[in-house]
Amino acid sequence: MPQLGHVEPGSRHDLHIGLSPDAPDESELREDIDGATGYLHSYETASRYDGPGLRVVLFVSGCLLRCTYCHNPDTWHLKDGTYIEVKEIIDRLGKFASALRHLGGGLTISGGEPMVQQAFTRRILAGAKQLGLHTAIETSGFLGDRIDDRYLSVLDLVLLDIKSSNPETYRTVTGRDLAPTLRFAERMASIGKPVWVRFTLVPGLTDDPANVDGIARFVAPMKNVEWVEVQPFHQLGAFKWKAMNLEYKLAHTTTPTPDLVERVLEQFRAAGCRAR
Amino acid sequence: MDWLARTYVHAMNCIHYMHDKYFYERLEMALHDRDILRTMAFGIAGLSVVADSLAAIKYGKVRVVRDNTGLVVDYKNESKNPTPQFGNNDERVDGIASNIVTQFMQKIRKHPTYRNATHTQSVLTITSNVVYGKATGNTPDGRRKGEPFAPGANPMHGRDNHGWLASCLSVAKLPYRDSLDGISYTVSVAPQKAHLSDTELVDAAVQAFDMYFDHGGFHMNLNVIDKETLEDAMKNPDKYPQLTIRVSGYAVNFVRLTREQQQDVISRTFHGQM
Repeated sequence: MPQLGHVEPGSRHDLHIGLSPDAPDESELREDIDGATGYLHSYETASRYDGPGLRVVLFVSGCLLRCTYCHNPDTWHLKDGTYIEVKEIIDRLGKFASALRHLGGGLTISGGEPMVQQAFTRRILAGAKQLGLHTAIETSGFLGDRIDDRYLSVLDLVLLDIKSSNPETYRTVTGRDLAPTLRFAERMASIGKPVWVRFTLVPGLTDDPANVDGIARFVAPMKNVEWVEVQPFHQLGAFKWKAMNLEYKLAHTTTPTPDLVERVLEQFRAAGCRAR
Repeated sequence: MDWLARTYVHAMNCIHYMHDKYFYERLEMALHDRDILRTMAFGIAGLSVVADSLAAIKYGKVRVVRDNTGLVVDYKNESKNPTPQFGNNDERVDGIASNIVTQFMQKIRKHPTYRNATHTQSVLTITSNVVYGKATGNTPDGRRKGEPFAPGANPMHGRDNHGWLASCLSVAKLPYRDSLDGISYTVSVAPQKAHLSDTELVDAAVQAFDMYFDHGGFHMNLNVIDKETLEDAMKNPDKYPQLTIRVSGYAVNFVRLTREQQQDVISRTFHGQM
């Protein structure tokens, strides 16, 4: 089974076959157009839930995961978003920049998955840094391998979703593997990049104490993790699944009781994490 | 606008002449200092309706609809693209709103006032946004006949949909120097069920005020209340005898407002977070 994103050189998918000898050097082309445009789902100008302070949140479209509890399934498909130039985004962001700096906030890119449009989001983050803003991304970390130092140099904070510690549970919840996320988390820890770990608590799906403990013990020794945030499952996105004719498996799942939330928070704190 | 300014000043001159002629407030006036700064207060209600309407005309394709006497009774915007609306930090329409305040003030200033009073202006309403709305027909921004205006300098209900910060920054652009009697902005925010502590939430509100004032804002009226409570209070006034909300410039006992006024408060945009 071919690896995700891997193109066998010389195969019929390899775009270099049959290139004219006069064709411009690949590296010249890429700098110019790579990431100058992208697909955006929407944005929100005043959020306190997506990083420190008051933030503008950009929701990009495109995500490789298919979480059963996703409250933004309308961001899954890249091409469903609006095709837009980075310049337009930065111009618009500029109108809020002064207020955001004043409020100790910044820009967070969420979605969808920012790493799907890695070049596009990198340019937006770079633009935000030039405006003097604090930058963050909300990610599952699944594509963490493709995030290079150049990307990290314009990123102040990673809001990392560790959806489960049990690999089978992770696959049930997201449809993907857990390993890349853990690898990414370890890499962030080794370079000391500030991270806030997010965990979505879904009764009957992710609430098993062993599952929670696994995350807690993985995260606790990491000095770069400033917060562990427990996000209780809610049904606000349910109507979107219906509108998109998707099978919503969690229609009967209740929101976690305050006791359950407290139990999970205690598990994180007992392991040595700062949890809220 | 020239005609309106002239008519407005003449009307105010008549009013104040009559106040003096029949001096029925002489007892209250006797308590005044003798040497006063005499001002004549003009005002704008429904600024966002004006701004949105002019923006619709400028950036859209607005056609008039006439009745059989030739009087314009309605407007249709045939543009496929939505036109910019006040309250989204969009300079195209925010600039129009600011210009109206400045231009109208300049036009008012041209006309002499009774006893040489200094012309001043405000952008505020109290509950008059409901009454004026009732007396106003269809407007080019899509507002229907009889619908209330937004209070004070607020963006029209539901049109500021880019979030609280965008709404705030739009209103902050209005020039106070041409509206010395005040620019009123009422914000309703749903209570935070966040992971932030009470102190942090208060700090956040204080920061928000500071940011708004530093960006040129004049006044902000903050209601932290959820829509459900207000709707419940409408149905069961006895449950909420003390429920007080701020309505654009003064605080009022909610259950004492008329039904229409209550509806107006509830229909205002509730921002999810701040």
